[in-house]
Amino acid sequence: MQVYRWTLTMALSIVHRATGIALYAGTLLLVWWLVAAASGHAAYATVQAFTGSIIGRLIVFGYTWALMHHMLSGLRHLVWDLGYGFKANEREALTWGALIGGIVLTVLIWIIAYAIGGVR
Amino acid sequence: MSAADTPKRSMRTPLGRVRNLGAAHSGTSDFWRQRITAVAMTLLMLPVIVVVMMTLGSNQAGAKVILGSLPIAVIMLLFIVASVWHMKIGMQVVIEDYIHNEKLKLISVMLNNFFSIAVALASTYAIVKLSSGV
Ligand code: HEM
Repeated sequence: MQVYRWTLTMALSIVHRATGIALYAGTLLLVWWLVAAASGHAAYATVQAFTGSIIGRLIVFGYTWALMHHMLSGLRHLVWDLGYGFKANEREALTWGALIGGIVLTVLIWIIAYAIGGVR
Repeated sequence: MSAADTPKRSMRTPLGRVRNLGAAHSGTSDFWRQRITAVAMTLLMLPVIVVVMMTLGSNQAGAKVILGSLPIAVIMLLFIVASVWHMKIGMQVVIEDYIHNEKLKLISVMLNNFFSIAVALASTYAIVKLSSGV
């Protein structure tokens, strides 16, 4: 058994799993959106009313963060799968990178979305 | 990569190494597929975000034109295939980790398959319909 530091890296592996499960449920949003677009005006307007509402925005914002965080955190796993990044400092750096990068990307995406005036 | 050639210094726990070998006895191939789909989704992430942004300001008619264009439809189809496959494998791993009652496990794995296939087919059908101008 290695000497595990019960630090960020450990906590974030749980977050990786939690975001994976959240994204699993969040896939319903993607299907709903696509099916509504294929169905017609009324169905699409319903989706837009939902995603435009406060609660809808919060959910989509949460989904955005879960996706960005899980992606970066997953890339960390891929780096480890390739056999790199196991030194304590590297591990911490990757983990901090995923944590901060996920938040930065999420905020960036939403700033762009608001900037192009699409979010109504 | 099999459990045996996982480097000694791996952070993966023993459970982590064997858990893909669970209920379906699918061995390491699911592990590998989960990595392929992860890479595929990462590559597709920027295009998919751009597509979603493009549709933001528009109503259904506008969204239909955008999503129905060939390159965009292909991008969305690829993303759907990758994500559904990835999430099906991922959820199966989670199920195998937490559910130890055999019957319950079987039912959960089955529901996971149903859900994933339903998501895949509904999305695919929607995109094909959007593309065919019906
Ligand atoms: C719609 C998008 C996604 C969904 C629904 C999803 C779902 C999941 C689920 C349910 C798991 C299992 C969690 C666990 O075993 O702890 C998982 C694991 C994983 N995901 Fe994702 N994921 C998505 C996107 C991504 C992306 C873009 C990447 C890119 C790198 C990624 C990389 C990984 C990796 C490497 C694992 C395995 C982690 C491990 O071995 O513990 N995922 N995903």
